[in-house]
Amino acid sequence: MTNAVLTTDLKTSVVKKKEKVYVTTLKRLLKNKLAVAGMVIIILQIGMAIFAPVISTHDPIHQNLVKSELPMFSENHWLGTDNYGRDVWSRIVYGARISLLVGITAVSLGLLGGVTLGLLGGYYKKLDGIIMRIVDLLFSFPGILLAMLIIAILGTNLVNVAIAISIWSIPTCARIVRGSVLSIKQKEYIMAMKSLGASDFRIMIRHILPNAMAPIIVFATMRMATAILSTASLSYLGLGAQPPTPEWGAMIAVGQNYMWTSPHLTIIPGIAIMLTVFAFNVVGDGLRDALDPNMDIN
Amino acid sequence: MIALIVRRGIQLVFLLLGISFLVFSSMYIAPGDPATMVGGPTATESDLEAIRDNLGLNDPFLVQYGKYLKNAAQGDFGYSYQTKQTVSEAIAVRFPNTLKLAIASMIVAVIIGIFAGLISALKHNSWLDVTSTTFALAGISIPNFWLGALLILVFAVNLQWLPVGGLSDPFYTVEGLKQLVLPAITLGTGSAAMIARMARSSMLEVIKADYVRTARAKGVKERNVIWIHTLKNAMIPVITVIGLNFGFLLGGTIITEKVFAINGVGRLMIDSIAMRDFPMVQGSVLLVATLFVVVNLIVDIVYTFIDPRISYD
Repeated sequence: MTNAVLTTDLKTSVVKKKEKVYVTTLKRLLKNKLAVAGMVIIILQIGMAIFAPVISTHDPIHQNLVKSELPMFSENHWLGTDNYGRDVWSRIVYGARISLLVGITAVSLGLLGGVTLGLLGGYYKKLDGIIMRIVDLLFSFPGILLAMLIIAILGTNLVNVAIAISIWSIPTCARIVRGSVLSIKQKEYIMAMKSLGASDFRIMIRHILPNAMAPIIVFATMRMATAILSTASLSYLGLGAQPPTPEWGAMIAVGQNYMWTSPHLTIIPGIAIMLTVFAFNVVGDGLRDALDPNMDIN
Repeated sequence: MIALIVRRGIQLVFLLLGISFLVFSSMYIAPGDPATMVGGPTATESDLEAIRDNLGLNDPFLVQYGKYLKNAAQGDFGYSYQTKQTVSEAIAVRFPNTLKLAIASMIVAVIIGIFAGLISALKHNSWLDVTSTTFALAGISIPNFWLGALLILVFAVNLQWLPVGGLSDPFYTVEGLKQLVLPAITLGTGSAAMIARMARSSMLEVIKADYVRTARAKGVKERNVIWIHTLKNAMIPVITVIGLNFGFLLGGTIITEKVFAINGVGRLMIDSIAMRDFPMVQGSVLLVATLFVVVNLIVDIVYTFIDPRISYD
C-alpha cells in the first residue's frame, strides 16, 4: 500500500517536472521575438497547406493560355499568372502543402534512421565502430551530391527527393543522438534500471531517448529548413517535382525563362521559400537557446 | 605531426575505397541496362550480349568493382554511354571552371563574412550589429539559385553591368573576372553568412576573456587589443568554418553552374543523371567526393599548425 502511494507520488512528481520543463521552454521561446515571428510564419504556412482548396482561388494546374503572363494585381489573379495562364497565388498555396509534406516526410524518415543508428551505436560499444564508419562514409559526400546520387538510382520524383534528403539527414542525426546516449548511459538512474533487470530496449526507449530529446527537437526543426531548401533546389535542377506540380523550386526554374517579361514568376516563389526557411531556422535557433539550461529565463 | 599526417593519410585511403564502393554499387543497382544505352534502340539481342561481354557486365559484381578500381587508379573511368567521350576527358575540360567558381566564392565568402562578423562584434548591439545579423540570417535562408536569378535580373538584364553567364574567358582577363562576379556572390553568400555568425560569436567570446581584460588593464591601446590579442584567437573557430565551407562550396557549384550556364562538373553531373549516363555520374560524383574529403583532411592538418592546443590523439 505504502509502495503504491510512493510510486503514484513519484509518477505525479515526474509528470509535474516534465510539465514545468515544457512551460519553461515555451516561456523562453516566447521571449525570443525572432522565434515568435518564425512560429507565426510556420503556423500561417501550415494553415495554407491544410486549407489550400479553400484559400486558393483557382485550380493550380488549370491552364488558360488566353490569360498567360498576367502581371500582379490583375483582375481575379492578384499574384498574376504564369506562362500557361495558371494562377500564381493558387500555385504558391499548393506549393506550401508540397514543401511541408516533403519536408516532414524527409525529416521523419531521417530521424527514424538517425535515432535508431545513434541509439544502437551509443548504447552497444560493439556496434559503435561499424555504425560510425558508415556515418563517416555518408559524411564524405556534400549533402546535395549524396541526394543526387540517390536520385540517380531511384529516379526523379518528389517521393525519391524525400528519401534522398532523409538519407542525407541520417549521419548528422546519428552523431547527435550517439553523443547524447554516450553521456546519458553513464548516469546513475540508467545503472539503477540495469540492476533492476530492465531490458536494453526498455532502457533505450523509455529512459535514454526521452532524455536525449532536446538536441533531436532542435535538429529536426533546423533540418526542416534544409529539407525545404533542398527540395526546392532539386526541383529547380529538374530532379524533383515534375511539371505541372506546383512546387516552389520548379516554379522558379520555369519563371527564370520569363524573367525579362514577367519577373514576378521568379520573385514570388523565391520569397515563399526564403520566408519558410528563415522561419524554421529562427525557431530552431530559439529552441536551442530555450532548451539550454544555462540560459537565464529572466 | 608527421605521425598525424600518415595516420590521416591511411584513413583517407580507406575512406576513398569506401566512397568508390558506394558510388560503384549505387550505379550497379540502378535500374536500366547499360548495354541497351550503349547499343541504342536498334541493337539486336546478340549485339547487346557482345556489348555486355565487351564491357565486362557479365562478370560477378566484385570482379567488376575490382576492374573499375584498377582502371580508376590509372585515371580511366570509362566512357560516356551518350557521347562516347571518355569520362576523364569530359571532367578535365570542365573541372577548371568548377574550381575557379569554388575558389572565387570562397574569397567572396571570407571577405564579406569576416568583415561583417567583426563589425557586428565590435559594434555590439548597434544598428550595424542588427544589420549584419539580419544579413547573416537572410543569407542562410536564401535559396542560392533564386539569389542568382535575382542578380542576373538586376545586374545583367536591367543595369547591364555584368554578363549573364558563362566563364568562357580566362579569369585573369577583365571579361573573365566580370563573368565570375555574379556566380561567386551567388555561391558565396550562404557561406559568408555562416562565417559572419561564427566570427561574431567567437569575437564576442574572446573580447570577454581574462587576458583581454588584463591587456586593457595594462593600458594597451584598444587598436592593439583588438588586432593583436583578440583577432588572432577569435579566428581559430572561424578557420574551421571556412575549411568546412570550402568542401560544401564544391557541392554548391552544382546549382550555381546550372543558374549561370557554366560548363562545369556540376552541370555535367545533372545532365548525366537526366540522361542516366552512369559512368559520367560515377566519375563526377567520385571526383567531388574525393576533393571534399581531401579538403577536409587538409583543413584538419592546418588546424594543428594554427593552434598547437588542438590534438587529434
